[in-house]
Amino acid sequence: MKCPKLAHRILATVLLAGVTATASAQMMINGAGATFPYPIYSKWFDEYAKVDPSVRFNYQSIGSGGGQKQILAQTVDFGASDGPMTDDNLTKAPGKILHIPTVAGAVVLTYNLPGNPPLKLDADTIAGIFLGQIKKWNDPKLAALNSGATLPDQEIVVVHRSDGSGTTFIFTDYLSKVSSEWKEKVGNNTSVNWPAGIGGKGNEGVSGQVKQTPGAIGYVELIYATQNKMPYAEVKNSAGQFVKPTIESVTAAIATANIPDDFRFSMTDAPGKDAYPISGATWLLVYEQQKDATKGKKLVEFLKWAMKDGEKMAKDLDYASLPESVQQRVLKRIDEIKM
Amino acid sequence: MAVAASIAVEERSVQARMVSPSRLGDKAFEWLTLAMALAVVVLIILIGWQLWIGSSVAIKKFGFHFLVTSTWDPVAEQFGALPFIYGTLVSSLIALLIAVPLSIATAAYLTELAPLWIRQPLVSLIEMLAAIPSVILGLWGIFVMIPWLRDYPFPWLKRVFGWTPFFNGPIYGPSMLAGGIIIAVMILPIITSVSREILRSVPDLQREAAYGLGATRWEATRIAVLSYAKKGLFGAVILGLGRALGETMAVTMVIGNTPQIAASLFKPGYTLASVLANEFTEATSDMYLQALFEIGLVLFGITILVNLLAQLLLRTIAVKSATRAVQ
Repeated sequence: MKCPKLAHRILATVLLAGVTATASAQMMINGAGATFPYPIYSKWFDEYAKVDPSVRFNYQSIGSGGGQKQILAQTVDFGASDGPMTDDNLTKAPGKILHIPTVAGAVVLTYNLPGNPPLKLDADTIAGIFLGQIKKWNDPKLAALNSGATLPDQEIVVVHRSDGSGTTFIFTDYLSKVSSEWKEKVGNNTSVNWPAGIGGKGNEGVSGQVKQTPGAIGYVELIYATQNKMPYAEVKNSAGQFVKPTIESVTAAIATANIPDDFRFSMTDAPGKDAYPISGATWLLVYEQQKDATKGKKLVEFLKWAMKDGEKMAKDLDYASLPESVQQRVLKRIDEIKM
Repeated sequence: MAVAASIAVEERSVQARMVSPSRLGDKAFEWLTLAMALAVVVLIILIGWQLWIGSSVAIKKFGFHFLVTSTWDPVAEQFGALPFIYGTLVSSLIALLIAVPLSIATAAYLTELAPLWIRQPLVSLIEMLAAIPSVILGLWGIFVMIPWLRDYPFPWLKRVFGWTPFFNGPIYGPSMLAGGIIIAVMILPIITSVSREILRSVPDLQREAAYGLGATRWEATRIAVLSYAKKGLFGAVILGLGRALGETMAVTMVIGNTPQIAASLFKPGYTLASVLANEFTEATSDMYLQALFEIGLVLFGITILVNLLAQLLLRTIAVKSATRAVQ
């Protein structure tokens, strides 16, 4: 008669566990959207659980497009996107949607050359390469920028993202700003009609293909290049300085970028001397008028915490935090959320 | 006698008891299976309907041009699906060209020639190939297959067949051919397993008759087994083709994702399934989403069309072999 006893005990434990679970039922705040900030958002949700154990966050990293759709359809409490929403999409919203910038990241140009010499690029050469006009590594334009290095007589293999992504949005946003030809022929979006090159899926697809293909150049998020120990180029900014992409040079770019009141800003080609020119922010999307007062209150508390304490965790995860002045502006905006 | 009679009565009552409830069971079973079968049909219709609704604006805007133009420009909202349709068909064709001979030969070896001790391990290995997730195959494709293809088989193909338009131009690695090869790897297990079952179901009488007529092993396999099982093998190939058309992740990782129509198989290509996987999550504008839905509709349509064509072909083959049998 040992078995039934054991079974009873198990049953009792299960029931008890069930009861405790319902007893400490937490408020669940749902969000969905961008994949780029997913690592830091999950870190924030984890840490915030220690600050306020009564709320839990459920974040689905389904992509920026999905994040915008879901917040418009009001199926989530907050959305997340690597690009600001267009006026067109905002008019579809049943209420006013606020953009809350959280962190930023750099897009770097990584390459595969014999010996991987340090490489310097400027707006002209980057646009030329990705338009398919600069075809060889020993092109005079590239040679002029890199007088110290010997660039081989090798064909340039362009690798770009094949999937729609915020990384592509930032990169093409930069190119559209610095090259009128790019703006006219290709333009700016999460996915574009590439004039040259092969497409790799995801950051890992691009970094994989660049690593495997001699003479290749591609763009990836900074963290993928550092993690894979791949070389990346210094890029000349609008102040005429060659800047290495780092967390600091991205924060410098936000500091000098022109940020309008609705926070729908682009920080590519920022004017500062230390600003790395190819970088972009990521946003949380929330309704100004919250439908559920208790949930809205908890969400606002979290957003404030994220601005004050969460920003400090950015660096460890290789994201650039917002400069102090922008954090203050964002905090003021969070205060405007109504219940 | 009395005992016998009572047994008979009992038997009859047992029969009576068995008949009526089992009739009811039969009916219930019939209805149940009918409902299941109808559910599949309804599901297909609903999927088609949903895709149609989701893409109706794009269909109205681009019309027939969607199928015959090649520009895919989300910025200018110009959408043409031709390179994707081309890529889907060509990569599947390459896959079939590679996988069909390999799979049928493997199946023939396993059923006709292989010593018993080798069969089971080989069968399990092939089935294991089917269990590899496609994203893993894709990563293997990027890091192992493509560098190898680029360094050895591709240059060789270029040297030998470079005079044809199919194997010239620069070799990058990610290409239509690489996409076709990875699909071949993915459809090999299904074609092999189904073919093996079909060849196993060929009656031994067939083989014995062939041997009895003095046929060699090859002749017996060719005439008595493969020819007999032709129809079934064709079905196996169609199953593989269905898989090939919809294959997504692994292909996306090695095909190069460039919407172009190029004769050279070394050039990158793009498939319908790949563009969906690539662009759906980050598409924000309405027309863009509509166009992607229409891509889904086209893929759905192609799959159905190919299956119908296959059915038709199968029927012609069946008719042909029937007339030959009569003659």
